[in-house]
Amino acid sequence: MARPCAVVGIGQTKYKRRRDELSLDGLVREAALRALEDANITFADVDAFVIGKAPDALEGVVMPELSLADALGAVGKPIHRVHTAGSVGASTAISAAVLVESGRYDTVLTVTYEKQSEGNATWALSGGRSGGQGAGGTFAPWIREYIRRSNAPEHIGWQVAVKDRQNALKNPYAHLHLDDISIEKVKESPMLWDPLHFLESCPSSDGAAAMVITSEDKVSRSPNKPAWVLGHAKRTEFSSFPGRDTIRIQAGMDCAQALYDKVGITNPRKQIDMAELYVPFSWYEPMWLEGHLIAEEGEGWKMTDEGATALDGDFPVNCSGGVLSSNPIGASGMIRCLEAANQVRGTAGDYQVDGAKVALGHAYGGAAQYFAMWIVSSELQPDFS
Amino acid sequence: MAFEPQENDIAIIGVAQTAAHARFDGPEVVMIMDCVNTLLGDAGIERPDVGFTIAGSCDYLSGMPFAFVSNVDGMGAWPPVYESHVEMDGAWALFEAWLRLQMGDIDVAMVVGSGKSSPCNAREVFHLQADPYVVAPLGLDPDALAGIQARALIDAGKASEADIAGVVARSRAAAASNPNAQVSGSVSVDSLLAEPYDMAPLRAHDVSPKADGAAAILIARRDRALELSDNPVWITGLDHRIESHHAGLRDLTDSVSTRLAAAGAGVADGPVDVAELHITHAHEEIILRDALGLDDSTAVNPSGGPLCGDPVMATGLTRIIEVARRIQSGEASRGVGHAASGAALQQNLVVVLEEGGA
Repeated sequence: MARPCAVVGIGQTKYKRRRDELSLDGLVREAALRALEDANITFADVDAFVIGKAPDALEGVVMPELSLADALGAVGKPIHRVHTAGSVGASTAISAAVLVESGRYDTVLTVTYEKQSEGNATWALSGGRSGGQGAGGTFAPWIREYIRRSNAPEHIGWQVAVKDRQNALKNPYAHLHLDDISIEKVKESPMLWDPLHFLESCPSSDGAAAMVITSEDKVSRSPNKPAWVLGHAKRTEFSSFPGRDTIRIQAGMDCAQALYDKVGITNPRKQIDMAELYVPFSWYEPMWLEGHLIAEEGEGWKMTDEGATALDGDFPVNCSGGVLSSNPIGASGMIRCLEAANQVRGTAGDYQVDGAKVALGHAYGGAAQYFAMWIVSSELQPDFS
Repeated sequence: MAFEPQENDIAIIGVAQTAAHARFDGPEVVMIMDCVNTLLGDAGIERPDVGFTIAGSCDYLSGMPFAFVSNVDGMGAWPPVYESHVEMDGAWALFEAWLRLQMGDIDVAMVVGSGKSSPCNAREVFHLQADPYVVAPLGLDPDALAGIQARALIDAGKASEADIAGVVARSRAAAASNPNAQVSGSVSVDSLLAEPYDMAPLRAHDVSPKADGAAAILIARRDRALELSDNPVWITGLDHRIESHHAGLRDLTDSVSTRLAAAGAGVADGPVDVAELHITHAHEEIILRDALGLDDSTAVNPSGGPLCGDPVMATGLTRIIEVARRIQSGEASRGVGHAASGAALQQNLVVVLEEGGA
């Protein structure tokens, strides 16, 4: 039967347009060593490794677990490699948790990364064809449909873009530090895919993120507070079929419901203290608030508009700056899971949500068809009553 | 003594595979759908009865980032499913599914491995596995490194060229009874040795013929397995290990990671009637037999093995299927499946399968 596990170590690199000074090995090792240091353990204490990244074609290295095994200290041990499109970072965290929860491995080091500067993400996101529409081109029509259905005013997207960049100013690891970000700047930035302006889109980043996940009996070995993994869920649906609702996505709602049921959450907005949602384009904040049953249908944009999702709101979202401020694709989902853990461990620094005890980490991928989510808490059995 | 499954034990309750096609003139998803339909039909269950699905494949083979996304169409994902994917051979997907079922809340999982290597030059693709800074620029692709490994084996006195040719001759003879094989038939060691070198001391026939194909397995926790199957095959051990990427840091004549995985999986805890080994170069069988501690009492690659058909990304999972089939049929009672990844057996997975008690 499943046994509890917790995040006891977190490591991140500085996210940046180019990390030319580091090889791929150096990049993953920087995050891995920081996670091990946080957990107060060494490579020798790790029983298994789980790595994740978006397509191998982004850097041109096939099955990189093979060439990275040495840098990750995995020689002589199991190393496992996950790839579930944009959701991969969160999927990798979940796979790592499964290794521990299964009872077979006590301590797992999980690392995700992307070195976007080595390749061309828009080419890859267009299925390896040139002249493709990229991710924004896929999502923009769905965003327009969300706006039509919900009657959301056009400034909602700008608000999210500003809020996440202002949060990023408090996060030293964030790629974008736009000191003078403003609504005016966002709406005056070039239109990329109507209604998405340049400043409503995520950057291309190099970077890696890592976590140490360990079993209940090993938690006390690490000096810093654990983030207990209360539950996780994944759901997938087809990328397209007649009648598919790409706004209110069944797999996204099923995933959230399965997660809330597992954890015992009946009122997500009240019982979850903050969320790190995968928001690569501004409008996905209100869309996921609704799509993951945190807000009623058509009400998500009002949470944004009222400031509920700001750092001092009642449901803060992406306090770290989110994907809009740092996007090493393969790691971006893990960063959401890891920042949720940071909040409940009380280690989020200047973007700490006061008293955060329960936090949600989330990622999605493909044609908004892959979902991976987890909930972490400062307590193994929090009182949700 | 037959294995007595406990509540938390996991069994293979169904297997399916396509032929190893030199070239399959349709999309990968069709091969997957064939396997999935066979599995579900044989088990008499519906898609929603499968609690977790996980697949292994390689985008690079089709030259299309996110190629695995369209494979979902062959596995079924409406209503939405709990699903994942590894960019590894399907055998590693089995590893994760086996762990996932041990959490206890889900009782049936489906595992798929698939690959379509015919549109690409697999040798060029797998060259890109090499460290991109210092190894890949040397042109040290997996076939070249295999030649170096075979040479080291001969120089160490652990094998002769005739021994390596013997692996090929025996594999092809065995494949004669395997309808899924790509090549088969009687061939003498002398005639093989008369062929020219490719990557000396290896010859072209020492290298597995790359194929298009898919394979799939249905696994279940004990109670559900006994409901759904008359002859479940129990997974009594499963482990995988990697070793250094840098050939100069390894003893190429041994497979240390296989030894570790075999110990972890408990290979030596009982007799091994049958072993299916993921060899992509003939000499690897000699290294693996030694690392797994197999003697002449074990039938090695009775299907002919990958030297007679290598459906890349399904090849390792197919080895496990070949062992499971033999235990299901009563031909064997305990066996070892092996999967490998990387050049010169860098990464190895070992699974022990057993028949259950009455």
